[in-house]
Amino acid sequence: MNREAKVISKNVDVFYGNKQALFDINLEIFKNEVTALIGPSGCGKSTFLRCINRMNDVIDICKISGEIEIDGFNIYKQGVDVVRLREKVGMVFQKPNPFPKSIYDNIAYGPNIHGIAQNKQELDEIVENSLKKAALWNEVKDRLNEPGTGLSGGQQQRLCIARAISINPEIILMDEPCSALDPIATAKIEELIDSLKSSYTIVIVTHSMAQAARVSQRTGFFHLGKLIEMDETDKIFKNPNNKMTQDYITGRFG
Amino acid sequence: MNKELRRKKRYQAEKRFQVYGIIAISLAIFFVGILVTKIFSDGTSAFSRTMIKTEIKLDADLLGITDINNKDEVENADYYTLIYEEFTKSIPFSNDEEEKQIITLLSPDYEYEAKDFFLKNKDQLGKTVTILLTASDDFDQLHKGNFPRDIPEDRRRLSNFQLQIYDQLVKENKVTKVFNNYLFTKGDSRDPELAGFGGAIIGSFFTILICLIISFPIALMAAVYLEEFAPKNRITELIEININNLAAVPSIVYGLFALGILLNVLELPRSTALVGGIALSLMTLPRIIIPARASLKAVPPSIREGALAVGASKVQAVFHHVVPLAMPGTLSGTIIGLAQALGETAPLLLIGMVAFVVEIPGSPLDPSSSLPVQVYLWSESAERGFVEKTSATIMMLLGFLIVMNSLAVYARQKFEKKWN
Amino acid sequence: MNLVLILFIIIFSFALFFFSKSRIQFYAKNNHQFKLKALPKFYAYYLSLWCALPALGILILWNIFEPNIVKYLIISKIESNNLSSLSSDQLNLIFQRVKAYYAGNFTGELTNEIKDGAEQYKRLLSLASSAKVTLFFLSIVIFTAIALKKVASNIHAREGVEKIIKIILFTSSAAAVFTTFGIIFSLLFESIRFFTTINFFDFIFGTSWSPQKAFISDTSVELTAAQLKELNEAFGAIPLFAGTAFIALIAMCVAVPIGLFSGIYFAEYANRNVRRFGKPIIEILAGVPTVVYGFFAALTVGPFFRILGESIGLDVSSESALAAGLVMGVMIIPFVSSLTDDVINAVPQSLRDGSYAVGATKSETIKKVVFPAALPGIIGSILLAVSRAIGETMIVVMAAGLAANLTINPLDSTTTVTTQIVMILVGDQEFTSAKTQAAFALGLTLFTVTLALNFIALRVVKKYREQYE
Repeated sequence: MNREAKVISKNVDVFYGNKQALFDINLEIFKNEVTALIGPSGCGKSTFLRCINRMNDVIDICKISGEIEIDGFNIYKQGVDVVRLREKVGMVFQKPNPFPKSIYDNIAYGPNIHGIAQNKQELDEIVENSLKKAALWNEVKDRLNEPGTGLSGGQQQRLCIARAISINPEIILMDEPCSALDPIATAKIEELIDSLKSSYTIVIVTHSMAQAARVSQRTGFFHLGKLIEMDETDKIFKNPNNKMTQDYITGRFG
Repeated sequence: MNKELRRKKRYQAEKRFQVYGIIAISLAIFFVGILVTKIFSDGTSAFSRTMIKTEIKLDADLLGITDINNKDEVENADYYTLIYEEFTKSIPFSNDEEEKQIITLLSPDYEYEAKDFFLKNKDQLGKTVTILLTASDDFDQLHKGNFPRDIPEDRRRLSNFQLQIYDQLVKENKVTKVFNNYLFTKGDSRDPELAGFGGAIIGSFFTILICLIISFPIALMAAVYLEEFAPKNRITELIEININNLAAVPSIVYGLFALGILLNVLELPRSTALVGGIALSLMTLPRIIIPARASLKAVPPSIREGALAVGASKVQAVFHHVVPLAMPGTLSGTIIGLAQALGETAPLLLIGMVAFVVEIPGSPLDPSSSLPVQVYLWSESAERGFVEKTSATIMMLLGFLIVMNSLAVYARQKFEKKWN
Repeated sequence: MNLVLILFIIIFSFALFFFSKSRIQFYAKNNHQFKLKALPKFYAYYLSLWCALPALGILILWNIFEPNIVKYLIISKIESNNLSSLSSDQLNLIFQRVKAYYAGNFTGELTNEIKDGAEQYKRLLSLASSAKVTLFFLSIVIFTAIALKKVASNIHAREGVEKIIKIILFTSSAAAVFTTFGIIFSLLFESIRFFTTINFFDFIFGTSWSPQKAFISDTSVELTAAQLKELNEAFGAIPLFAGTAFIALIAMCVAVPIGLFSGIYFAEYANRNVRRFGKPIIEILAGVPTVVYGFFAALTVGPFFRILGESIGLDVSSESALAAGLVMGVMIIPFVSSLTDDVINAVPQSLRDGSYAVGATKSETIKKVVFPAALPGIIGSILLAVSRAIGETMIVVMAAGLAANLTINPLDSTTTVTTQIVMILVGDQEFTSAKTQAAFALGLTLFTVTLALNFIALRVVKKYREQYE
């Protein structure tokens, strides 16, 4: 298989004030695959995820050293346009956070800001396509003007996925996207992730090993801020190299 | 290319937005600046008083004193004529009009100042002495530089002749400024150079005292009831709604209430600190209840439970344990509420505290004024001299407010326990 | 007399406290069948509270109602003595004269009616006084006896005392309700009297306000129809409402932009130092007494605008609505600013994260996501600020004019509801004239409008908070 590295992290350290949260993270994420990051609570996997689209910039005391290359370009170089970065790298959060606007406006927000659509018709198309790709179109097509906050939890999360897709990113980051959802909604999202990977590169943080095993092609195991092991998902779950990985998988701790 | 341009515009919009914010904050700070600067620059001159040094002969004939030891004669001697004759003698004049203009350079109080001087220097009878007399308001303002001199005579307060005298006196070093103790010790007066806010300070003191005595206990008890004992029923809801409403009622409505009920129905004495204090205490009640409740709420349930577990009754737990811990916040809120009451004017105007009060009030039942009312009254006057007095009163008022607010902040920081 | 009674009850109940405390301690020690249900001091408190409180209550109530009852009795006697019917104003006048004669400072024509009235007044007063003292001591005796009986039957004294305490606490919080009722009552009472003379609709909708027309010298003469009509036309309050609204509008034009932008900047952009120093300085604006603002507006801002106007050829009044409105706006800035700061801070971070993740800049996030989400709270705070502006008195009294004209020119002078209330009542007006009653009618209008605004504002803010709880 010819694999292209989409995201490469090189010697990444992350500090919250004086406390170090991530220690020398080196890993690769390949194009059009689903990569899962697993590990016990507080191990730094969400922190690492937020480095990829520089969401940690929003937090004042967070300091990052090292490089993260996307398509060979270091996003932490001086003078990088964060807004452009986030056009390329979208994010879906743990708790669905639709804007208190209509479903249509939720999706249209991104394209409007970036001026992607030239006219209303194009915008309508983008909204429709995004909702279709997120498997939500049929459920909401007759009520696009209703508030996004009126949807069920699972629908809201799919709305957020559609919102992330609407600006046509290349990478989608998902931070425990199903932890606030019931099993049926979770199943739908997992199906969605599988269908999306052909068009996007997906990195998903999850505390459910079963989910990682179901959804991803590669998995990285984090513990106390260090990347313990990263390999094919099958290998990690059936025959890991590192004893700590084995202990976590088998439930010895976590 | 289009996207590049668009991104550039978006970043420019971002910059502009931040600049608007900075401009807004700067404008607000600028307003504070001009307000404070103007008040202080106008007010500092009120703390000094211009006096004229002059030599007079303590002529027994002019005074009408035959026997220096006769108390009555000394009391009722004609100090007015003494100063009139002696002062006008010291300056050359050519007609009656000019003579009158000379004497009006002195403040109308000169006879009392002369009497005070004489009573301290009785042994100088018959000799020539140097005496300092307070200058009139116009003279005082001229010396402080507040009068433009280069306007035509008929638009000026001082005639050309009077200006001549002024220049001459200055040349002879007969014009000095002293610390204006009248500002603090005297009550209101028609003559700006003799006016002081002493009466207003005492009036404010009594008013705030009454306000404190009435509102603090009632507010504290109400807060304790609402926070600790009140059941969750409609009556409690009604009381809480009322308190929140009262906090938002304009202060002038309290004045109307005081006029209608306190003065008309209860027939309490008008224009007194008692009525003013009662009116203000009603206004201050919600302003103390709300922070008191917040402080009570902040005391953790574990304190109450600890007391109850030792067998205290609810009342005992509340009064012995919870209330003392809530005191810093409550006192802080009370001081701030009183500071707001100190600055209130409208209700006091309506209950008649606009009277021209010359005597310094001796009790809350005497007619009195208050600092903010004094500011209002003096600002309505035409004389230039009142401008500086008004500004000085404002300085005094702001001074008190700063002290009170700092005290409140200090009390809260020093004594309040953090429950984390 | 009152002072004596109060001192007596204080000393007596203190004495009772100490006396009963030692008695009960003694009794309990020597009589082992009498098991104390509470500490001796609570029995003592119980006794002394029951002794003092009812008596004090009677004293207070009596003193409140006595003057009016006496007045009523005297007036009804005068009324029944008179052959011709007198108006209430005339009766009042006679009563005032009777009082003055009694107090010894009566000037004017002394009639037999007044002499008799004074005699009666004197009699009534002494009767009332003796009745008061009797009732006072009677209540002490009765209530103390009741309490004594209860103590002897060994009630749970501490609970009894605590019940009394809870009643006192409840009464204190009911004081808020009493105050509201007192305010409404005092406003309504005079307003209703006003509206019996002046037509309500003429007041609310009339466009000419000139209360000096309403000077009635002789309250005993009936007004002719023409005079009545003229009177009705003197109290049209529309120019006042318009003036109030206009100046409030100018104030909001100053306060809202500055307040909103500074509030947003503090909430979203400011670093710690800016917040630490900038916020308190702006809060100073809220702590300055309004009379200081009024002085500043009248002495500095007003003339400044006039001179500025003159230099560019405009005719600006020295009491322009612009000056008053500007200064009022400055005073309101901190209200809008700190409320906006709070409201913006309350918007959950997750909304901002969602917007940043899509690649929006900070200002775009604020303009399109945060601000719309916070809008109900911001509207609520603006309404509260408007309510403050409408009720503001000193700034407009000192800096705005007295001219009740309908104008939309900010360079003109115009008057407000609050200014007129002060102007009417700070003169030496007889209380029963229509002019003073008009002030109360204005006060009632003001009270109603501000209450309504506050009610709406709080509802809006509450609904917005529910969204995020």
